[in-house]
Amino acid sequence: MLKQTEGSRAIAQAIALCRPEVICAYPITPQTHIVEALGEMVKSQELGRCEFINVESEFAALSVAIGASAAGARTYTATSSQGLLFMAEAVYNAAGLGLPIVMTIGNRAIGAPINIWNDHSDSMSMRDAGWIQLYAETNQEALDLHIQAFRLAEELSCPVMVCVDGFILTHAYDRVDIPDQGAVDSFLPPFEPRQVLDPSEPVTIGAMVGPEAFTEVRYLAHHKQLRALKLIPQLSSAFKAKFGRSSGGLIRGYRVADAETIVVALGSVNGTIQEVVDEMRDAGAKIGSVSICSFRPFPLAAVRDTLHRAKRVVVIEKCLAVGLGGIVSDGVRKALSGIVLKGYTVIAGLGGRAITRASLKQLFEDATNDELEQVTFLDLNADIVQHELEREAKTRRPGPTAEAILRRVGTVASQIG
Amino acid sequence: MFQVRIHGRGGQGVVSGAEMLSVAAFTEGRYAQAFPSFGSERMGAPVMAFCRIDEKEIRLREPVLNPDALIIQDPTLLHQVELFKGLHPSGYMLINSSRGFAELGLAEFVRGFHSNRLRTVAATELAVKHVGRPVPNAALLGGFAALSGQIHIESLAAAIRDKFPRAVAEKNVAAATEAHALVSRSMEAQVA
Repeated sequence: MLKQTEGSRAIAQAIALCRPEVICAYPITPQTHIVEALGEMVKSQELGRCEFINVESEFAALSVAIGASAAGARTYTATSSQGLLFMAEAVYNAAGLGLPIVMTIGNRAIGAPINIWNDHSDSMSMRDAGWIQLYAETNQEALDLHIQAFRLAEELSCPVMVCVDGFILTHAYDRVDIPDQGAVDSFLPPFEPRQVLDPSEPVTIGAMVGPEAFTEVRYLAHHKQLRALKLIPQLSSAFKAKFGRSSGGLIRGYRVADAETIVVALGSVNGTIQEVVDEMRDAGAKIGSVSICSFRPFPLAAVRDTLHRAKRVVVIEKCLAVGLGGIVSDGVRKALSGIVLKGYTVIAGLGGRAITRASLKQLFEDATNDELEQVTFLDLNADIVQHELEREAKTRRPGPTAEAILRRVGTVASQIG
Repeated sequence: MFQVRIHGRGGQGVVSGAEMLSVAAFTEGRYAQAFPSFGSERMGAPVMAFCRIDEKEIRLREPVLNPDALIIQDPTLLHQVELFKGLHPSGYMLINSSRGFAELGLAEFVRGFHSNRLRTVAATELAVKHVGRPVPNAALLGGFAALSGQIHIESLAAAIRDKFPRAVAEKNVAAATEAHALVSRSMEAQVA
């Protein structure tokens, strides 16, 4: 059924269609609307026997999810930003134990300085925790990915994060096609756990493992993700066969066939990038783009196959690896090992800074002319940076940086872009 | 693609206004995308929301930088430097006020604009009259429907009913309907 609704509501609807048995979450912006909507549905008994467990923190939320999943319940939670950091220890545990929990990340920056707006710093901080990470390009894809995520998680016995750009998607009203329950039921069978805490057949989950076997357990976790590289495209195809639309998969190319310049990005910014690609194609530029949906496992072969004929690759990253540059770029470079082409990293959209068509177009033109630095910060205000560096150099105690810059920037309440 | 930017203050239903506009356009079979400016969500603080309407899927995710229409829910924002940013003289502008553009000190600014694309409507007064609270968003959307022709009042009414519980919805529909009639009459008067 077609509906015009908020991204968070669409995601909640998708979770409801997956018939979860335990939901536990702690509210944090911009994830809040998702779990509020689910809370309402549980209370009105729309979700049958599903239990919504109120907890005192994100650490408790994922810990309860671990317990529920180990006891054989289809389990869901969601968080953002500092919330994900607060549950970090449990994030690793859920993956280490191989529990098929599905968690939405409403992507948001990490402080300090405190910032509630969108970037990918939160999910990127947990990229190596052992969870599968899928990034949604649109609200339709966010909805669809959650349905695929439960099946993926349960087939592999591995937790899955579905990463959805905070505000840009979670708070946007868009057209979404909400599938009917029968179709979802036939795509996603009831949860049959590969391991379960059952008093009639007691097992231990979570033993201490020493040097004699730790590497093997870790290797098998890696092996599981390598299997996911095959399973993710299969599930995407099965989803298309059932629901009639493409969602998910490892990566998606856009006008890449003869492209000399290819832009790579994760999440909702791909829509704006495609608009710019079309504009530049109309003017004769050989440019295309690639949206990476599966960041973990990282699809090395698929990225290589799509990019190896290009002359240059521009990776747009919504997360800064301080002291290095980009994170996605590292994966892309690894995929292109041995192939000589120009590679550029662009840090963009940090803490909610708008990524505009105009800025991207200028950036891509500079890239096409090979006039970019290896690491570029999109729309960086060089004057403010220079002024602050000079101010800090003048005195032994210049005081806090962020506050000094805010004073210089002045009020921004009316700023549009 | 038709792009709308709504300016107001926290608590005036700016975000809900953009959402209802998108639902109205969706009801008419078009694609629409509404989203807030993600600023600090405090009562009284300046707030922006955006709505895009198109015949095809909308991929663009940047804020509305070049609006085809501005809806200004609070005339005390008129001094803001960037309020009119990106608005072309061929654009539409609807301001919540009982006064006209000249009285608001905008005569000079709107020289060169199409006068039949500029209107003010006393939306807060209409909201107080029909809803009993100073929430001008529904009335302004009614006025916008008449001014721009982008949506029909019937689809707007459906969107309002989709957003609010029944009793509140009907009051807002009444406010929107009266604003629509006022702006329609004013435009017909200009044509005549």
